[in-house]
Parts: sequence; C-alpha cells; structure tokens
Amino acid sequence: MPLLRVRDLTVTGGPLTLVRDVNFDVNAGERVGLIGESGSGKSLTSLAIMGLLGEGLSARGEVSLDGENLLSASERRRCEIRGNRMAMVFQEPMSALNPTRRIGDQVGETLRIHQGLSRRAARTAAVELLRRVEFADPERYVRMYPHELSGGQRQRVMIASALSCDPEVILADEPTTALDVTVQRRVLDLLDRLVDETGCALLLIAHDLAVVSEVCDRVVTMYGGRVVESGSVAQIIDEPRHPYTRALLATSTALSVAETSSGANLPSIPGSVPSAGHFPQGCPFRDRCDRRVDACVEMPPTEVHGTRSLACWNPVDDSELVHEEAP
Amino acid sequence: MTEIGSAPLTGDTMVGGDDVIEDARASLWRRWLRNPSALIGGIIVVLVVASAVISLVWTPYNPLAVDPSHALSGPSLRHLLGTDEYGRDVFSRLMASSQVALFVGFLSVLIATVVGIPAGLLAAERRGATGQVVLRLADILYGFPALLAAVVLAAAFGASKTTVVLAIGISYIPVFVRVTRSNALVVLNSEYVLAARAYGRRPLAIMRRHVIPNILTTIIAQMSLLFSLAVLAETALDFLGLGTAAPAASWGTMLQSSQNYLGNDPLLTVWPSVAIVLCVLGFSLLGDGISELRDVRSSR
Repeated sequence: MPLLRVRDLTVTGGPLTLVRDVNFDVNAGERVGLIGESGSGKSLTSLAIMGLLGEGLSARGEVSLDGENLLSASERRRCEIRGNRMAMVFQEPMSALNPTRRIGDQVGETLRIHQGLSRRAARTAAVELLRRVEFADPERYVRMYPHELSGGQRQRVMIASALSCDPEVILADEPTTALDVTVQRRVLDLLDRLVDETGCALLLIAHDLAVVSEVCDRVVTMYGGRVVESGSVAQIIDEPRHPYTRALLATSTALSVAETSSGANLPSIPGSVPSAGHFPQGCPFRDRCDRRVDACVEMPPTEVHGTRSLACWNPVDDSELVHEEAP
Repeated sequence: MTEIGSAPLTGDTMVGGDDVIEDARASLWRRWLRNPSALIGGIIVVLVVASAVISLVWTPYNPLAVDPSHALSGPSLRHLLGTDEYGRDVFSRLMASSQVALFVGFLSVLIATVVGIPAGLLAAERRGATGQVVLRLADILYGFPALLAAVVLAAAFGASKTTVVLAIGISYIPVFVRVTRSNALVVLNSEYVLAARAYGRRPLAIMRRHVIPNILTTIIAQMSLLFSLAVLAETALDFLGLGTAAPAASWGTMLQSSQNYLGNDPLLTVWPSVAIVLCVLGFSLLGDGISELRDVRSSR
C-alpha cells in the first residue's frame, strides 16, 4: 500500500474546477516530483493534501495517509497529522516565518505542539535542528528574529521545522524558487541529504525539470489542473510522451545549451497558461499544442502502462524522439 | 558548506541576538520621544491620570465644601482658578472631575473591548454564517446612537454613572468588532499563519499565539482614541443631566451650571472646557501616536 494515496482529487472554488481527478501515489521513502507551469494546480494539490485550502475552496476525492482518508477526517485529527506525520516547506520563507517571533520558538513550535515539549526543551531541540540544517552557530541564531536572516537561512529554518517531528512525508512547494540562484543549489542539496538521512518520502513541487530529475525518483506532470503524464525520472526525461512534458523538458535543458551557444533563441512554449477556469474543453493543453488532432476536443483518458501513465490522444512516440535527438 | 551558518548567504547585515532586542526597545522609546503626537499625548494623559489619582487623597479644598462668603470670587492665590456660585474651589472640583471622566472612560472602553474583541475574532475565524450574524448584530448596534441609548437607559433606570458607562460602552462595541475583525483577517491570511496550521496548530492557539500579539498595537491605539471619545460623550451626558448627579463634580455638570453665570464670571465656563479639551486631545493624540509608531515598525 502506498504511503500517500491521491485518488480523483478535485478542488473546486465556487463554480470553477481548479484541480480535476488527480491520481498519484507516493510510497514510503519515495521522492516524487510534481511539475508544471504556474497555474497548473500543483500548489493547490499540495495544499489540498495538507488540508490547508483557503476560504471558499473545497476538495473531493481521496487523500490517504497509510490508508486513512484525510479528506473525511475531522479537523482535530488533521491537526494531529499536520506537522507531525506530514510536513510542508513553503515557497516564500520570508513570509512563512512570523516576523515577531524568535527563530528558536518557530523551529521548536512543531515539537511543542506534537510532543508537548516545554519552551525550554523546545529551544534546546531547536539548536540541534538548526545544526542539522548546517547553521554553524545555532545557539546564536535561535535568539534571532526572521528579519536578521538571509533568504537561504530562512528556508533552512523552514526545513529544520518541517523535519522536527520526523514526518513520514514532506511536501516542498517550490522550496528554492524564491531564493537567490546562488543559494538554490545549497538548499536543494541540503533537502536532498536530509530526506536521504531520515528516509522520509518527499513530494517536491517544481516547475524546473532539471531540479526534479536530480532529486526525485518519479515525476508527475500537471497541466490545467490535471495529471497529464507520470513515470520514473528516467522514463520522463529520456522519452517524454506527452507534448507538454516534452515542451517543458525542452525549455529546461535549453538553458544550459544556450549558455554555450550565445545568440540562440531560447525555446519557449507558445501561448500562456490560461487563468483558472478558462482552459479549453477537452485536453487543457490543446490550444498551445503542436500535435493537436481532432480528438483533442475531448479529454483523453489516462492510460496506465506499468509504471507510467499518459493522457494524450496523439503522444510523441519513440521513433520521433530518436529522430529529434539525431542532429 | 559547513560555514554557511556563520556567514550570511546574501548581503544581509548580521547583528547579535539580544542586543538587537534591547536596541529595538531603546529605539521604540526614542521614537516615542521624537513623535510629537505620542509625546504630547502621553504627557497630557499622565497629567490627567495623576490629577485623578492625587484627588483621591488630596485636593486643595474639599470639592463639595460650600463657602457662600467667597462665591464667584475669581482667580486668586487662595483659590487658583476661583470659586463657583456656592464658593466651591474650582481647581479642586476640576481635579475631582477627572476621576469621573477616567472612571467612565475606562469602564466603557473595557465593556467595548471585552465584548467587541472576542466577537471580532470570532467573525474573522468563522467567515461563514456565524461571522455574518456577528457583523449584522454589530451593524444594528452601530445604528443606535450612544446619546439615545443613554436617554433610554436614564429614563428606565435613572441617571447615573452606571447608565453612562453602559450606554457609551455598548455603543462602542461595534467599533472594536470591526477593527479587530479586519486586522485579524490580515494576519489570518498571512503565510505564517498558513505555516502554523501546517505545523498542526489548532485555530484557538493560532488566535492566541499569532493573531492577538500582532493586532495588539492597533487595538491599543483604538482604545486610546475611543477613550477620548468616551470622555467627550460622558461630559455631554452630564451636561444634559443624564449622568453624574448634582452636587458631585464632573466637567459636564460644571460646564452646565456655569452657563447661568456667563455674564458674572465667564472664566467659570473656560476652566472645565479647557479640562475637557486637554483630556480628549491627550488621549486622541496618544492613540494617533501609537498607530504612527506601529506603522514605522511595520515599514522597517
């Protein structure tokens, strides 16, 4: 049985369906990357899994942790699970820390909630946690306020806090996107190492396939609130079959190529992501797709072949991939 | 990799832990002194409170002692601000009156906050039907003027300080409901509250640990402003004879009785007016000052 099981997860906000019929599993200790452009429903999916959807949004379907459906659980029960068995690292470490509270108190907060630690004990634990996320002088940092830390340091504080109760799964929502390019690598390596050491599962949300391919075992591609393709990193990177995944991959790998051949135009995906509720009927990607066929006016069924799934009427096949890579 | 912690990863200036907090406290004090509203308001409030406290144990004369031989005597060394129509010392009566003003101001703001703040927090937390009911109830109260409430209460239970306190306190409840709710909503929608929920914090604990500390300054500023308005309302009600009963001193009753002697001794009208203006000005300046100090802090 998978550790985290997401079945037919649908998030609606009033008349709009923002996430539709999302299915995927995260096994114990597995690292799954959730990719897609902004507006494809990745963050909403992660918030729905945590049960933290904002006012006016509601989730249907199934989100099970170890067989227990969280969507039907009481708020009290969910509070016991959040932070304890399932932790989250947010995109913006600047705003995710309370500006009026000391770092030590915020890192120790999860321990105080779930393990009933005293303030003093939590602070001692916070020192150790900060040491784990590579603060050289943690005794000094626990007494500081968030504004005294740099972005990378704050994100490491968030990671320390997420790890504090030894969760079974960590949801990281674009943990490096808001950081300076120079520290993104360090934070990512740190997250990678700590997930390795603790053996917890990771659901990494990113829009950069390069990041995901490095850290994760499996990739789930979302577009327009749907899962369009999923498979192992090797499968998705080497032979993406959905035109959207292929386009994402092209934009991601082209960056490194562009550095060497200056003047070359960076590839991009034509068009832009429609705003919520304005995706076309049928396949949400069909307006921007260069492989659309008449059938695309209807949503393609998700076909599962072994470890990979695909929802496309006209997928890229292997021969074309080989052909494209040849020159 | 091991040295990340000791050096900032970006160009942020690093400063030591506890010193910073002391610095922050010291600079709050300095900014208080530099902010004219907070400084002047603070001084006036301290003076008013001091005169009320001192008047509990000492006034130059008994504020109720009648001395017909020195009626309407005007300012002199014996009676600094003169005497009224019964020969009572005006300065002593002004001091004693500040007790009434502070008593009514304090209790009515207390009533308004004790009911208004929890109601505002409830409306912020439950944005559905419960919140709407709370807001609509507040609207109904808001539409019912304090003066009218005082007249009704005085008619039903007789004019007294209690009815004044109740009338003013109840009429200010909606103000606190709204201020609390709107400020609490800002905090509740913040990322760090989302993060706290992700840690597994329960709603009540989030209110206590995150929302209340963050909206406290705004609420205190609002309390100071409403305190000044409460004092004004109290003097108005006393002036109309709906509050403090006759012989007892209050700025409103003093002003009311001085009207009859406007020709003989116009200064009798001036003294209570000055006291009212100073007190109201003091508390409202203090309120303004506190909200300005808060803005400086949040803009840093």
